Amino acid sequence: MRFDRRQFFRTATGALAYASSMSLLKAGRVYGAEPIRVGNILDKTGGLNIYSLKQIAGVAMAVDEINAAGGLVGRPLELVFYDSQSDNQFNSQYATQALAKDKVSVIHGGITSSSREVMRPIVRKFKGLLFYNSLYEGGVCDKRHVSTGMVPAQQLEPLVDYVVKENGKKKGYILAADYNYGQITSKWMQKLIREAGGEDMAVEFFPLDVNNFAPVIAKIQSAKPDVVWSVLVGGAHIAFYRQFEATIGKKNMMLASTTYGVGREQTELSPQEGDGIIIGTSFVDSLPTDAAKSFVAKFQKYVGNNEYVGEYGEYGYRGVNLWAAAVKKAGAADPDAVIAALDGVSFQGGGGLYTIDGKTNHTTMDIHIVKGNASQTFDVIKSFPQRPPKDTQLVCDLSKNPDDTTQYEPKI
Amino acid sequence: MQQLANYAYLIGFSFSIFVLISIGLAVIFGMMRVINLAQGEFLMLGAYVCVIVTTAGLSVWLGIVLAALTVGLFGIVVERLIIRHLYGRIIDTLLATWGLSLFLIGGVTILFGPQSESVGVDLGKFSIGDFTYSVYSLVMMATAVAMLVATYALWRFTRFGLIVRGTMQNARMAAAMGINTDRVYMLTFGFGSALTGLAGAVLVPITGASPQLGLTYIAKAFITVIAGGPLPLLGSTAASGLFGFIDGIMDYRYGPVLAQITVLLVAILLLRLLPSGITGRLRRGL
Amino acid sequence: MGANAASRPRASWWVVVGVVLIAAILAPYYLITDISDQIDISIIFVLALLALSMSFLWGYAGILSFGQTAFFGLGGYAYTVLALNLHETTFSFFAAIGVTMLFAAVLGYFMIYGRLSDIYLSVITLVVTLIFEKAIKSTSGDQYVIGSVRLNGQNGIPTVPSLQIPWSGTELSFDGVFILDAVLLILVYAGLRLLLITPFGRVLVGIRENTRRIELLGYDSRRYKLGAFVIGGGIAALAGVLFGVWNNFVAPEMFGLKRAAEVIVWVIVGGRSTLVGPIVGTAIVQYLQNKLGTQSVGEWLPLILGLVLILVVLLFRGGLLPGIVGGVGWAWRRVRGDAT
Repeated sequence: MRFDRRQFFRTATGALAYASSMSLLKAGRVYGAEPIRVGNILDKTGGLNIYSLKQIAGVAMAVDEINAAGGLVGRPLELVFYDSQSDNQFNSQYATQALAKDKVSVIHGGITSSSREVMRPIVRKFKGLLFYNSLYEGGVCDKRHVSTGMVPAQQLEPLVDYVVKENGKKKGYILAADYNYGQITSKWMQKLIREAGGEDMAVEFFPLDVNNFAPVIAKIQSAKPDVVWSVLVGGAHIAFYRQFEATIGKKNMMLASTTYGVGREQTELSPQEGDGIIIGTSFVDSLPTDAAKSFVAKFQKYVGNNEYVGEYGEYGYRGVNLWAAAVKKAGAADPDAVIAALDGVSFQGGGGLYTIDGKTNHTTMDIHIVKGNASQTFDVIKSFPQRPPKDTQLVCDLSKNPDDTTQYEPKI
Repeated sequence: MQQLANYAYLIGFSFSIFVLISIGLAVIFGMMRVINLAQGEFLMLGAYVCVIVTTAGLSVWLGIVLAALTVGLFGIVVERLIIRHLYGRIIDTLLATWGLSLFLIGGVTILFGPQSESVGVDLGKFSIGDFTYSVYSLVMMATAVAMLVATYALWRFTRFGLIVRGTMQNARMAAAMGINTDRVYMLTFGFGSALTGLAGAVLVPITGASPQLGLTYIAKAFITVIAGGPLPLLGSTAASGLFGFIDGIMDYRYGPVLAQITVLLVAILLLRLLPSGITGRLRRGL
Repeated sequence: MGANAASRPRASWWVVVGVVLIAAILAPYYLITDISDQIDISIIFVLALLALSMSFLWGYAGILSFGQTAFFGLGGYAYTVLALNLHETTFSFFAAIGVTMLFAAVLGYFMIYGRLSDIYLSVITLVVTLIFEKAIKSTSGDQYVIGSVRLNGQNGIPTVPSLQIPWSGTELSFDGVFILDAVLLILVYAGLRLLLITPFGRVLVGIRENTRRIELLGYDSRRYKLGAFVIGGGIAALAGVLFGVWNNFVAPEMFGLKRAAEVIVWVIVGGRSTLVGPIVGTAIVQYLQNKLGTQSVGEWLPLILGLVLILVVLLFRGGLLPGIVGGVGWAWRRVRGDAT
């Protein structure tokens, strides 16, 4: 049942140890060169680890592969992992330790937007580099920050177009998690829905520990929208999908989401509860491409089980490889050299081609509209190749303002 | 008209949740003056028993019954090993049970992972006007009321209940009359735990199960029991009624944050005005 | 240095305090020179202050406050809001503590003069910190601004200004923060110890021992309890400000159940009947948590912590450290062949 997880744990920990020992061996032997330390700060324990566990393995797998192929610029990689325990105090402490004491060349880390915002000033203070491998609300303009995940222009725009324009679901009711990701994403949603000719009837915010959605479901039934938009996050909010199906039902009202599936929620709900939810994504296991299939096979072999991998697992792998490509281009691993080499760096991964845009340090990628099905995976409905991070590009230009560190928010 | 029915439903829903999460604690704290901070985790254990049973393909109703039995037995074990040594030491009981809470959360997380688990129960829906509700939610509410009635009946009308009440009022006298007070404490704790386990299982199809489940409820359960005052059943029913009423209406009109904060503020005000809780002035009753 | 000693400290105590003070000031330059180590140890000083505030109230005034985190968070946030708005840190530092103590006075008056009995008081302190946590967490929207400072809800505020040395405008460096945290901890500890020999302190101890007797002697226990509560709140607020300054961020977690629970663990492990105990308890637990995080076995921590808590309560009545010290002392006496 859930005991595969223990297996995965042992394998992942073993893999981490293996990865580090491999590089240590190499460091001593063949190259004699100083290893490049890659810091990885993710939540292995605590409520947020439903997002991180696969990413931890993805990062380890990437580091392993690179080392097996001879390392980077003649040096082996050494993975240094820190468990932030779903607590921002540790994100803060470990980011400082990673940069000040362990002297890592890059930090791949942060799941929630709050952890990213805690680490950014620290990365700035110590002149490091942060790869934030997570989808988020967009707008961060900071040369020491690279985003490899989806931003609203990529994920939301095609999704809203599909739902509102193509399917005519004009009246929307938005439910969002009550923190900056939910707040800003819902603003984007309102903006895009209005631009597509629809109407945002209401926006409601829910703290992360709320699991009783009976009142808002009653409100929704009162308001009678065409579609419910979910920007809900975390384990407690999964109850909404359950309660929605038990009352209104997706047959009677469309349900679209930006976050569903990212925490592998479909594996926890019944097939009926997950069937029919529409999301925008840059990677699901069931993408009908060879790249996706081989990535999933490789990943499952690496961790030793058949569990659904998901977008966040792929983000970890993607992020490390994009950084590695930049290091190769720069010929050096130190943060400032890598930052200067970021523009145009690309990597072919499970979800297609990813390219970093140096003006914003965000990533262009393929986007897909997918729908949950009764087999607890997703069917691809529509694909959009190579969508650029347009929302951040409109407000951010690091070539003109290299010292910008703001996070821009949409005004509606 | 449908709006009125909707409010009644939401208030009933909220009231039932308050009752379910606090009845076990009410029995244990109210009757034994034991502060069991692991009560939330007993709820969580009941939820997981139900999950395990349904994952094995068996009926959810069996899961609920087994949850009550398992957690009840577990409660007896806890009482024998830990609580028994700490009677009268309120603070120490608090700390030990809190340690137990951490232990259980840690254990469940290691065994099952931190993600939430699901149990699907489809009993169909029913509608009142524009509003559709799940039939299961009515089952949940009925269970809450049934638990209150059953506990009251047990306490009031059975010999066992009489013995328990006697022991709680004056243990020495009860012992002098030949009652094995040791056993009474053990069984009462077990009963309170069984109630909580049952509650956890009943709630799973609605809220899901996760290791953190207990934490989200313990503060509310605690506050309900304390606000209820020294008469455990009457008190926590009254407190659940008050808080359920406020929460149900506020959540619908203003959202969950304002609802939660209002309930907490009302609790503080209540304790300030009635420092011993709602039933503080009452001498008789349960 | 037990709680029962409302007596003048021995000369040796003064010497030890002095030596530790000097060592703390010199340490960042000679002993603990690595920035990362300084940071890891500074946080222990800050959290020890929080633990001290709780154990002072509990061990000396008999008030079990679950909600010291309310003042901890309030102090941190107040400093942040003031410092960011006023672009000035020294005044903000003191004002933040002052504002929080005012709040403690109001809350304390409400509870203590309302004649709330122990457990009810504890629950209310818990409820208050929960209210703060929920309220702050819900301020993610951009309408929640105080002056020019966005409260940011769940995320917290990651731009807390570092303390500036007064009249010079230079920011405190990592070793400066270390020294400040250490010195303040030592001063607060010494201050509390000396407080016990004042009339105020002695009445407090009397209240803890037997409230009715003290009242029969003519003392209004409410006044003294309120005083202690305000002092405890002030110390927690100080810890909160220092926490915000430590790594330049404040977050709603400061008010949360987890943090409140941790405070209790530190005090239990260290023992509440001494003032030094909680400091040691904090150090042990924080160190363990920190190290285990890098060891990837952090998952076992709650389990182990829980077990430790249960065992400590069942086996050691006064706390872990006093239990161990007592046990060692007992063993030592046996070894020496003294009659026990």
